[in-house]
Amino acid sequence: MSDHSEDISKHIRGYLIIGGTLIIGTVLTVLASQLELGHAGNIILALVIATVKATLVALYFMHLISEKQMIYTVLAFTAFFFAGLMAITLSAYHDFPNLTVTH
Amino acid sequence: MDIPYTSKPRPDTGLYNAKVGIWLFLASEVMLFGALFSSYILLRVGALEENWPHGLLNIPIGTFNTAVLIISSVTVVMAWASLKMKQFGRFKIFQAITVLCALAFLGIKSFEYKDKFTHYEVWKTDGTRMTGHIEGNPMFLTKAKLVAAGKDKIEFLADPHHYSEGKLKIGAQSGEHKHVEIAIGDIKRLSAFVPAHSTYFAIYFTLTALHALHVLGGAIVIGFLFGPGSKMWHTDPDRFTNRVEVAGLFWHFVDLVWIFLFPVLYLL
Repeated sequence: MSDHSEDISKHIRGYLIIGGTLIIGTVLTVLASQLELGHAGNIILALVIATVKATLVALYFMHLISEKQMIYTVLAFTAFFFAGLMAITLSAYHDFPNLTVTH
Repeated sequence: MDIPYTSKPRPDTGLYNAKVGIWLFLASEVMLFGALFSSYILLRVGALEENWPHGLLNIPIGTFNTAVLIISSVTVVMAWASLKMKQFGRFKIFQAITVLCALAFLGIKSFEYKDKFTHYEVWKTDGTRMTGHIEGNPMFLTKAKLVAAGKDKIEFLADPHHYSEGKLKIGAQSGEHKHVEIAIGDIKRLSAFVPAHSTYFAIYFTLTALHALHVLGGAIVIGFLFGPGSKMWHTDPDRFTNRVEVAGLFWHFVDLVWIFLFPVLYLL
């Protein structure tokens, strides 16, 4: 991100717009959870909205839209291991023994 | 000896050192919360539908708390932008609002926790289950504690809807609360909505308490930069601005985690 004060002042309006969008996204998340889309449908929609909101935070508030290469490299490794973690978790989806007691 | 690259970027990374440090730390945080999210997924898909509580958290309060955290994310980046524009007064205002938002978030979360600690589920010996409140709103009661106290019954204000009957729409009413008297001998198990209640509340408290600790830690750092730490602005403004940016990056991460926690725990 540019460090010049004139550039920064231009970004301030953007921060407010992103903030407003995130609040609207939160209300949409709540409304979307009331739709009858089936359990999987509701989960997917909620996670899609959450991912869009998280992306806005990361790109604009955390300035990832214009960062240095090293930060992207660190995050690429993080994304790889996070995806691996989730893949291992999801691969265990059918591995629950019968009559598993969960409470 | 001065610590190198606290304000000017290192030639090889193009970044000041604290920024590399915070991103490495956040990478480890992604894996920490990722591990807990994967635990949540395994617990959720392994649970019988009637044993996975839903609709027990207050969605309007959770939504409001989410908005509070989003507002604090805006103010923390505005505080940093103010310093970049050499407006120390504006920085102070935005930083103060951020701390107030953090305290509001924690206050609301505490209220929600207390509400859960006084909300109970009763498993009766005849196989029926009900949720509600015990007269006097005691916290953390169990059947063993009631027996030890020599009680032979409880006065129970039962909720009209049990979560095993399915999900209710927001604001929907399924009837009136009923006042019932339950003999201790008829109770198989009694638990408040504490971690021991179920896997849902175990993972709910683990995730939200860990997140709340992050909010508390972030609030302390942001509060320090608002108060005594802000003296550095007058001696080394670039380094101070970088400190505010690093604290802000952590704060945005805390907001980002909540963006996923809110729908997963409150709505699904």
